[in-house]
Amino acid sequence: MFALADCNNFFVSCERVFRPNLEGRPVVVLSNNDGCAIARSNEAKKLGVKMGQPMFEFRHLVESGAVTVFSSNFSLYGDMSRRVQMTLSRFAPAIEVYSIDESFIDLRGMSPDTDFDRWAKNVSRECRRCTGIPVSVGVSPTKTLAKIASKLCKQYPATRGGCWMHRKQDVEKVLRTFAIEDIWGIGRRYSKRFKGYFGMDTAWDFYTREESWVSSEMGIGGVRTWKELHGMPCIEFEDTEQAKKQIMISRTFAKEITDPDDLSAQVSMFCAMAVEKLRKQGSCCGSVTTFITTNRFHKDSGRSQFESRLTQFPTATDSTIEINAAVMRTLQEMFRKGYGYKRAGVVLGDIIQADKVQMAFFDNVDRERHARLMSVMDSINRRDGRNTIGVASQSLDGIKMNREHLSPCYTTDWNDIPVVHC
Amino acid sequence: MDKEDTISRSGSSESDEKQQPPRLFESIHAGFPSPAEDIPGTALDINKLVVKNPASTFFARVSGDSMEGDGIRDGDILVIDKSEEPRDGAIAVCFINGEFTVKRLRIQDKSITLVPSNPRYRPVTIREGDDLTIWGIVRYVIKKV
Repeated sequence: MFALADCNNFFVSCERVFRPNLEGRPVVVLSNNDGCAIARSNEAKKLGVKMGQPMFEFRHLVESGAVTVFSSNFSLYGDMSRRVQMTLSRFAPAIEVYSIDESFIDLRGMSPDTDFDRWAKNVSRECRRCTGIPVSVGVSPTKTLAKIASKLCKQYPATRGGCWMHRKQDVEKVLRTFAIEDIWGIGRRYSKRFKGYFGMDTAWDFYTREESWVSSEMGIGGVRTWKELHGMPCIEFEDTEQAKKQIMISRTFAKEITDPDDLSAQVSMFCAMAVEKLRKQGSCCGSVTTFITTNRFHKDSGRSQFESRLTQFPTATDSTIEINAAVMRTLQEMFRKGYGYKRAGVVLGDIIQADKVQMAFFDNVDRERHARLMSVMDSINRRDGRNTIGVASQSLDGIKMNREHLSPCYTTDWNDIPVVHC
Repeated sequence: MDKEDTISRSGSSESDEKQQPPRLFESIHAGFPSPAEDIPGTALDINKLVVKNPASTFFARVSGDSMEGDGIRDGDILVIDKSEEPRDGAIAVCFINGEFTVKRLRIQDKSITLVPSNPRYRPVTIREGDDLTIWGIVRYVIKKV
């Protein structure tokens, strides 16, 4: 058996621990720069605030006092996440931290006679008692099913935060009504296609397809998901810290950028930050995607325009110089004069461990020289602070973020600890 | 603080130790061996004394004088364990009327009374239906002298 412990509306829950009067009230946490909603309490969801919705669209709710907003406070969320993980690790030998608010727990070592329903409810209660964070614990024979089980806990308060979904008839009953796009591993692109072309709406519609159909539509990844839904564990439990498969650095700018040099400087800095992370985990990347978003609204969709370019490297690389050159080249291709740019970012993809890099036959980069230079750059930046030195296009002063609604760092800064009146 | 960094420091110290390969020697260096090398023991850590469960321990600063009789004064720092069950006679941090307060609990059949320890203040009795959250139990008070 596997468990997934998922913190409910995690960022909102963190804020509520220190503001108990916000319990039961609409609360929204905003993205970096206070741009859009990235976490919503159930009450805010009921008011119609959507995930990712720009703040200006629900500003009236904030100004009227109907919704309380917070700027994202990652010091607080990181510390509360660590507390939840510590609590979880008391109940099982191995946990895999999947994201800031989700952890998988490997229960294969536990006695098969264990009442996992009781176990799950107990874990949920303990997390709440110790940290104040409500946690949904789903237990199932596979990780994909455990994710579904944890979603059930959120839908049905009667589960008291924990449920064990393991009998075939129970699984099938749940899949019949479970939305296809909510299955872990299916994603938006496939679910859109499945709905549009095949009229598949529920997990059941996917579950009842032939394995060969899934294989031809989605390949091996899809088959893995399909098998997991049928109770066959296929996704490895990764309790050792896994290197990240993708590294993304992106920001919404406080002010629109119209100057190409300013934009290059910012994007170049994102690139440097991303590549430094890459080197820190001892990896190389095979591709880099650069993206920018303009303020110019598209005539038809009414959405701001998003453009991105992918560059593939003949040999996987961890050189800031090489990756930055590719990013700058694509940025130049995409940049258009007269537009204001709201957001930009860099995504490193096809990440592999540095020692597994296959050299291209004709490799025209002096890798050893780059490597020496990079290690000097990293050590100077580590010693003297981030962005002390970088490649020439990089902006060195960072971006000022809008964080108007930031809560105190209650647990990570002595000057910010809560005040108790007496 | 870096988000990823925070996440990676995941489990307890136990799991951290597990991932470390066994060490045969502390380190290899020339010169006279330190006579303290084999003596186990590390410097005292105040956390070990005041923090029973790090996951559920929080700190807060006191403002006011209603608990002076218990030695809790303005500016002191409270060490609060959120996981401890409220019991009669414990000193608790409560959330009431939109703010945190610290008082001694008197728990009776049908009511909870928040008792100050300064004669200038009066106990407040909470009845069923009143909005009170007992947030955590005070285990230590840190004060500057």
